[in-house]
Amino acid sequence: MPRFYFDHNATTPVSTNVLELFSKCLAESYGNASSIHYHGQQSKMLLEQARRHTAALLHASPKEIVFTSGGTEADNLAIFGTMRGNARRHAVTTVIEHPAVLNAFAQLEREGVAVTYLPCDRQGMVSPQAVADAVSANTGLVSVMHANNELGTVQDIAAMAAIAQQTGAVFHSDGVQAAGKISVDTGALGVDLYAISGHKFNAPKGVGALFVRKGVELNAQQFGGMHEQGKRAGTENVPALAAMGQAAENAFCADSSRIGALRDQLEHGIKERIPDLQFNGVNAPRVPNTLNVCFDGIEGEAMVISLDLKGFSVSSGAACSSGAVEPSHVLLAIGLTRQQAKSSIRFSLGLGNDEAQVDQLIEAVAASCAQLRRLSPTYV
Amino acid sequence: MSKELIAVAMSGGVDSSAVAAMMKHRGDNIVGLTMQLWNQRRLPELATGEQSGRCCSIDDVYDARYVAQLLDIPYYVVNFEEQFEKSVVKPFVDDYLHGRTPIPCTLCNNFIKFDQFLEMAEGVGARKIATGHYARIVQDDETGRYQMLRSVDSTKDQTYFLCGLTQPMLARTIFPLGGHNKSEVRQIARDLGLPVAEKNDSQEICFVPNGDYAGFIDAYLKEQGAAAPDLAGEVVTTDGKVIGEHSGVHKYTVGQRRGLGIAARDPLYVISTEPQSRRVVVGSNEDLLTPKLEARDVNWISIAAITEPRRAHVRIRNRHIPAAATILPTSDPSRVAVHFDEPQRAVTPGQGVVMYDRDLVLAGGWIV
Repeated sequence: MPRFYFDHNATTPVSTNVLELFSKCLAESYGNASSIHYHGQQSKMLLEQARRHTAALLHASPKEIVFTSGGTEADNLAIFGTMRGNARRHAVTTVIEHPAVLNAFAQLEREGVAVTYLPCDRQGMVSPQAVADAVSANTGLVSVMHANNELGTVQDIAAMAAIAQQTGAVFHSDGVQAAGKISVDTGALGVDLYAISGHKFNAPKGVGALFVRKGVELNAQQFGGMHEQGKRAGTENVPALAAMGQAAENAFCADSSRIGALRDQLEHGIKERIPDLQFNGVNAPRVPNTLNVCFDGIEGEAMVISLDLKGFSVSSGAACSSGAVEPSHVLLAIGLTRQQAKSSIRFSLGLGNDEAQVDQLIEAVAASCAQLRRLSPTYV
Repeated sequence: MSKELIAVAMSGGVDSSAVAAMMKHRGDNIVGLTMQLWNQRRLPELATGEQSGRCCSIDDVYDARYVAQLLDIPYYVVNFEEQFEKSVVKPFVDDYLHGRTPIPCTLCNNFIKFDQFLEMAEGVGARKIATGHYARIVQDDETGRYQMLRSVDSTKDQTYFLCGLTQPMLARTIFPLGGHNKSEVRQIARDLGLPVAEKNDSQEICFVPNGDYAGFIDAYLKEQGAAAPDLAGEVVTTDGKVIGEHSGVHKYTVGQRRGLGIAARDPLYVISTEPQSRRVVVGSNEDLLTPKLEARDVNWISIAAITEPRRAHVRIRNRHIPAAATILPTSDPSRVAVHFDEPQRAVTPGQGVVMYDRDLVLAGGWIV
């Protein structure tokens, strides 16, 4: 059975030239980047090349890039590195963040920090005014995700960062779902900290980075050698970081309009073929690859399994440890009922998709939806 | 086109793992599904550290997934936690608080496994389901009616809990283990190299650790923010004499002897519990004997509803040996009267009652 992948917001396949570089580095560049000798220097060179490419993707300076083990670590480093030991004891984030941010803030609360969770509107947009109303001279950190993983909506980060910084707060953005999908200019956005994850833009899993604006203070959260300017101890994963650098360069040069056209093809096809549905978060700026649809009267979980058995990988919500799914907190936050949230499916496209695949996906979704609705006690 | 898809309910235990393996090896087109029914991280005060044999533990999902991987079949965990709480856990708690002894396994079969799960299976493209229950289903050639029979292994027979299965449910259900002994099933699992072949059977009520249902009810009510109702009251004899006090009617079940905390010359048994007055009525073993009962919400399985008296063997508890009786129709077609040849001990309102003709399961209902 042919398999088609439409879950690129969960993770992406590794691109061919990324894989080539990754394999080559794994085989040949085994030196420790901190070593003085030839082998060490080879690795160091690859590491710094990766840093330049990663910086370029974010329109940043290479000195502003701290490599991490991924998005979660980058977010945690940003949040705890700013708030632990901070005299300011208040922090602000939103209700639609990824667990990597939400659960870090929950930990801050346990450590005595007061946290304000900003709501969003029905499109998933957080208002800059809400940030202005929440911050005070006691606010140490404001953290707002750039693009949402489930809806794809893109926040007005520049406006919020400016507001936060007026009170002296540090502004962090979780950019894991934005980097590689839309242009990210850390200068224009005005962010102090910005987290990214390699595997969301066709690099391997296990590498990411935190942009730390020059001059922004950040306390290390793990201790060891003086790697990454003392901000992140631990021998660098050079092959994977080199691969992320290559993926960043690819993404920097990529044309996102092709993916956007495929997403629009999917959206129109579904709208044409299937009645009684709503598109979640479409009346807002959004990344070009994501489409979130609520199909009245179906169980999203059953739809995902049904499509999987037909060869299509899509997502219905955040997976928990046992593999079962709970209704998405993001969809609940935009005002969907539990049932609507559980009836929603996320399609996220990527480099490997094409028009023919999208056409087949539309057919499969229409068939699965009709089948599930025939059985549904709530769909009449 | 390939063979029709069948969904196998996989709990991670030896029985359902053997079902999946047997079906895969005989060439069926199967998908494995594990029902996530209850979050064991809830009610942490009940944590025992001992996870095996309890439903929906991470270990069981791990085992089911591992078996599916070995068999190279598609496999998914499906979440029924909300429905399970609504249809099984809440009625379980409610029954105890009202002086009834619930049987959650029957509710789970009626409302989750052979209802929600069947629907989920059909939704993903599987018209039929297979489970590791010990029971047999056959179709009567003449009438087309689906009939249920006790399993070949009488010690494992689960028909008592399956007595709510309707014709549409039976039409779409396969019980591959009904013709096997448990020891054979273990051997099949061993022969197929299943890692769960030596796993212990699940015990008690799956969501209640260690069978401590009173502790579960207290913890659940506390979690729900519902102040546990004061269920303490008097212990009285059958002639109304107060002989002691107890700390909660929900801690007593009909027929119970131990744990009354009252010294008496002859052994005392719980005869009934009265939630209204919060009294626990105790008496002698003889007081527990009842010659007849009425069953409500009767589900006719292997035969159509009776219109005249019929001889049967009637089971009033899972471990009860079916007793000879006459079953009689009543003016209400959903009810039957059961007259035992010999009085039966501890006939308990709210428990299931299942009527047999030898191996054939005639009907099931609830004791009034």
